[in-house]
Amino acid sequence: MTASLTHIQRLEAEAIHIMREVVAEAEKPVMLYSVGKDSAVMLHLAKKAFYPSPPPFPLLHVDTTWKFRDMYELRERSAREAGMELLVYQNPEAAERGINPFDHGPLHTDMWKTEGLKQALDKYGFDAAFGGARRDEEKSRAKERVFSFRTASHGWDPKNQRPELWNLYNARKKKGESIRVFPISNWTELDVWQYIQLENIEIVPLYFAAPRPTFEWEGGLFMADDIDRLEDVLGEVPEITTRSVRFRTLGCFPLTGAVESEAATLSEVIQETLLTTTSERQGRVIDKDAGGAGMEKKKQEGYF
Amino acid sequence: MTEQKTEAAYKTDALIAEDIDAYLETHQHKTMLRFITCGSVDDGKSTLIGRLLYDSKMIFEDQLEALSNDSKTVGTQGQEIDFALLVDGLAAEREQGITIDVAYRFFNTEKRKFIVADCPGHEQYTRNMVTGASTADLAVILVDARKGVLVQTRRHSYLCHLIGIRNIVLAVNKMDLVGYDQSTFDQIVADYAAFAQDIGIESFTAMPISGFKGDNITSAPSANTPWYDGPSLVEHLESVEVLSDEAAAKPFRMPVQWVNRPNLDFRGFSGLIATGSVKPGDAVRVLPSGKTSTVKSIVTFDGELDEAVAGQSVTITLNDEIDCSRGDVLCVADDPPETADQFEATLVWLNDEDMHVGRSYWLKIGTQTVSATVQQPKYRIDVNTMDELAAKTLSLNDIGVAEVYSDKPLVFEPYADNRTLGGFILVDKITNATVAAGMLNFSLRRSQNVHWQATDITREHHAQMKNQTPRVLWFTGLSGSGKSTIANEVEKKLALMNRHTFLLDGDNVRHGLNKDLGFTEADRIENIRRIGEVAKLMTDAGLIVLTAFISPFRAERQMVRDMMGEAEFIEIFVDTPLEVAEERDVKGLYKKAREGKLKNFTGIDSPYEPPENPEITVNTVEMTPAEAASYIIDQILPLK
Repeated sequence: MTASLTHIQRLEAEAIHIMREVVAEAEKPVMLYSVGKDSAVMLHLAKKAFYPSPPPFPLLHVDTTWKFRDMYELRERSAREAGMELLVYQNPEAAERGINPFDHGPLHTDMWKTEGLKQALDKYGFDAAFGGARRDEEKSRAKERVFSFRTASHGWDPKNQRPELWNLYNARKKKGESIRVFPISNWTELDVWQYIQLENIEIVPLYFAAPRPTFEWEGGLFMADDIDRLEDVLGEVPEITTRSVRFRTLGCFPLTGAVESEAATLSEVIQETLLTTTSERQGRVIDKDAGGAGMEKKKQEGYF
Repeated sequence: MTEQKTEAAYKTDALIAEDIDAYLETHQHKTMLRFITCGSVDDGKSTLIGRLLYDSKMIFEDQLEALSNDSKTVGTQGQEIDFALLVDGLAAEREQGITIDVAYRFFNTEKRKFIVADCPGHEQYTRNMVTGASTADLAVILVDARKGVLVQTRRHSYLCHLIGIRNIVLAVNKMDLVGYDQSTFDQIVADYAAFAQDIGIESFTAMPISGFKGDNITSAPSANTPWYDGPSLVEHLESVEVLSDEAAAKPFRMPVQWVNRPNLDFRGFSGLIATGSVKPGDAVRVLPSGKTSTVKSIVTFDGELDEAVAGQSVTITLNDEIDCSRGDVLCVADDPPETADQFEATLVWLNDEDMHVGRSYWLKIGTQTVSATVQQPKYRIDVNTMDELAAKTLSLNDIGVAEVYSDKPLVFEPYADNRTLGGFILVDKITNATVAAGMLNFSLRRSQNVHWQATDITREHHAQMKNQTPRVLWFTGLSGSGKSTIANEVEKKLALMNRHTFLLDGDNVRHGLNKDLGFTEADRIENIRRIGEVAKLMTDAGLIVLTAFISPFRAERQMVRDMMGEAEFIEIFVDTPLEVAEERDVKGLYKKAREGKLKNFTGIDSPYEPPENPEITVNTVEMTPAEAASYIIDQILPLK
C-alpha cells in the first residue's frame, strides 16, 4: 500500500480518532442522534471506531414529536442493530404547552430542541456530547472547534474559543461544564453522501424522491406526514397534492422544506446535490432568524 | 460580477451531469490538501478564499443572494460583491470588518479536495492563527502589491515556518491595482527571499495574482501577466506534495488511545498511526516499558488488514500478553523513539495570563498527559525583527525557548521529525484553559538514547523471593542528629527479623559514588538525586533500603519520594535542635563551620528545611538511639 490515503480515508480516520479521544478522556459521553444522514454517518463511524466492542456510549434523541414517521422507525432499528442504548428526551414543558412549529415559530425550536437538549444533558449528567455538525453547513459552524467548550449553562463563547492545535484536543473541564464534539467537522455534504454510498449506510427513505402528499404553506413546500395533527394545529386541512419530492435535510416535518425531484437513487441524489444552486440548509427556517447571525445566536444560547 | 467570471472553473460540471458514477469514482480517489491563507490585514485573504469557492462553484445562489445584499450594507467593495463576507462568519467580525477566528472552508478541483483555513491577521489573534497553521500542509502568504512585505508578513511567515509548514506560497495580490507591473512583483519577491533566508525558509513559490479579478488563480498566465511563467495558484495547490506522504516512510509509531476489550479473549490497542506502516508479524515495542511482542492482527470493522499506514485509525492485537495502555506508544521494535523527562522546547503562549515559571501544568503530547514545569525562558523571539530577547516569562502571543521538565518520562521525537510525538499543549490545572502550544526540540539528558530494557525477573519477583515489601527508610536531619546511629540500630533489628536490607550512609557514599560532588547547592541536589536512583534500584532488587543523609531541601526529598512507588518511601525525621547537635559535634564540624573553615554547612550558613508531614518523627532529646530504633520498627511493622 504505497498510494496516499484518499481524502475520504483521512476524514474517516480523523473522525474515529476524535471519537476515541472523547471516550478515553470524558467521564460520560453521549452521541446526539437525530436520525438524519449525518447522524447515520456518525453512528456508522462510532461502530467502526470501537469495533469489535459496541460504541461505549448511548444515543440520545432530543425529540420534538414532530419528526417524520419514517425517522422514528429507523431510529429504533439503528440503535438496536448497533447494540446501543437509545435515550429519547422530550421537553415536558413544551409538550404541556402544545408547542408546535405552526403557531410558535422560533419558539418551537427553542423549547423542543435548545431547551430540550439542555434538560436532557443535565438530567443524565453527560459531560461530552457528539454532534454531526459540519463546518461547511453555516458561517458560524465554519469557525467552531472540534471540541467546543460549553459553560455550565451550555453557553458558547465564539470570541474566546480554546486554541486547538494539531490533533491534540483539550477535554478538561470543571464539574457541570461540558464539551460538544464534532467528529465530522471537516466533511462536506458531498463527502457525507459519498461515504454513505461507499459504506452502504442505511438512511431514511425520505432522502430519495418518491410520490408524497405535499402542501404549500407560507411560500414553502411541505410534506403532509401526519394529516390529523396538521389539521389540529392549522385549523384546516391544507390542500394536499401528490408530488415527487425528496428532502435534503430532515428536521421537523413542518419545518423542513421538500424539493421537487426525481432523484430516486443515491447516485441521482448526489448528482442533484452537486448540480444544485442552493445551499443545503436553505430549506431550513431556523437559519433565517435574526439576520445573518441566526445560528451563532442560537448556539450561544445552547443550541447544538 | 460577469466580467469577474473566469474560465469555467474546474470543468467538472459536465461530468457530473453526464456520468455521475464516473465523477464519483474520480472524486473518491482524490487526495486532500489542507492549507491556510495568512498575511497582513486587508491583504485580501478572505477575498481570495471567496474567489476560490466561487470559482469552484462552492457558493450557492441563496448564499450569493445573501452576499449581494450584505455587500451593499456592510461590504467594503462598494457595489461589488464583497467575498470577505462569505468567510467572516461571526457577528463581531462582520461588524468590525476583521477576521477574529479561523474559518474552515472547503472546495474541490478535479485532482484534490481542499480544506482552507482563513487565519486572522491581527497580532492579538496569533493564537488562532497558530491553531489554523498546526494542521496545514501549505501556507499561502498574501502580500498587497501596493504595500510589499510588511511586519505582519514576516510574523506570519515565521509562525508558519515555526509550526513546520514546508510549502510556502508567496501570493503577491492586488496586482490589478499596480497595473500588473512585473518590476513591482520582482522587487517584492526579492525582498521576501532575503527575509525568508534569514528565518530558515528554504524555498517558496511566488506568484502574481488578483483575488478580486481572478488573475492566475485557476490558470496561468493571465492575459494581464504574460511575463509570468509559473503555475496558477490552483495548479500549484493540486500538485504540491503533502506532508502525510512523508510520514508513511518513517519508522512505525502509534500512540495508544484506547484499549479495546470487548471480552476476555480480545485485547486490542486502538490508535491513529502517526508515522510508518505496520504488518501482522512485525516486531513491535511498547514504550516507555520497552516490552516487545509481534503484531498478531490489524483489526478493523471492515476486516483484518494486511498492512496499515500513517494516517489510519486501527486496532492492533499482539501475540503476547504485555502491559500496554493509553499513553503508551507502540513502535517498531528495533528503531524506537527516545524517552526523556527534560527537554528544550519552543513555546507559543496562548493565554491572557502570563506563564508561571516552575508552576505545574498538564502537558498533553499524543495520548500522553503528564505534569510538567517550564523553566525561565532562555529567550523570547521578537517576531517582527527575529531578535532573541531576554525574558523572565512569556505573555499572550509570545514565542520563546525554554526548558520543560516532566514528572514522568515521555516518549517523544523532535517536532521537526514527528509532529505527533513532538507537538504538545500545556493546560492550566485550575482553569483548564489551553495556555500554550509547544514543540520539543531535543532532550537535555545525556541518556536520551538509553532505552528501558524489559527484564523477565520483575521487581515483584525479587520482592517475593525475599518475602518482604521493598521500602526506603529515608532518615533526614541535621548533622550530628544521630541519623546514622539510629539507622544502624534499625538495620540490625531488621536483620534479626530476616529482612534483607542495605544502609546507604552519607559519608560512605561520598567516598565513592559521589566523590566528585562538593557542597554547593547544585552538588547537594545532585548528591540526593543519585542516592535516590541507587535506592530505587535497590528496591527494584527487593531490598529494604535505609538512607542516612542530611538531605536538607524539601524539594529533593519530594523528588526521591516521587521516584518510588506509592507508600514505598518512608520519611523519618530525626528531630534534634541545632543547639543540641552543635553541642554534640561528634565530628567537630560545627566548630569548623563556626570558624568559617567549612562553607555551606547545614544549620550554620545553609538552611535545613524540616519535613512538613514525615511518616515518622523521632526526638533524640527524649529518646536514646535504641529507643528510637524500636519506635521506628513499631511504626513500620504494621505496614507489611
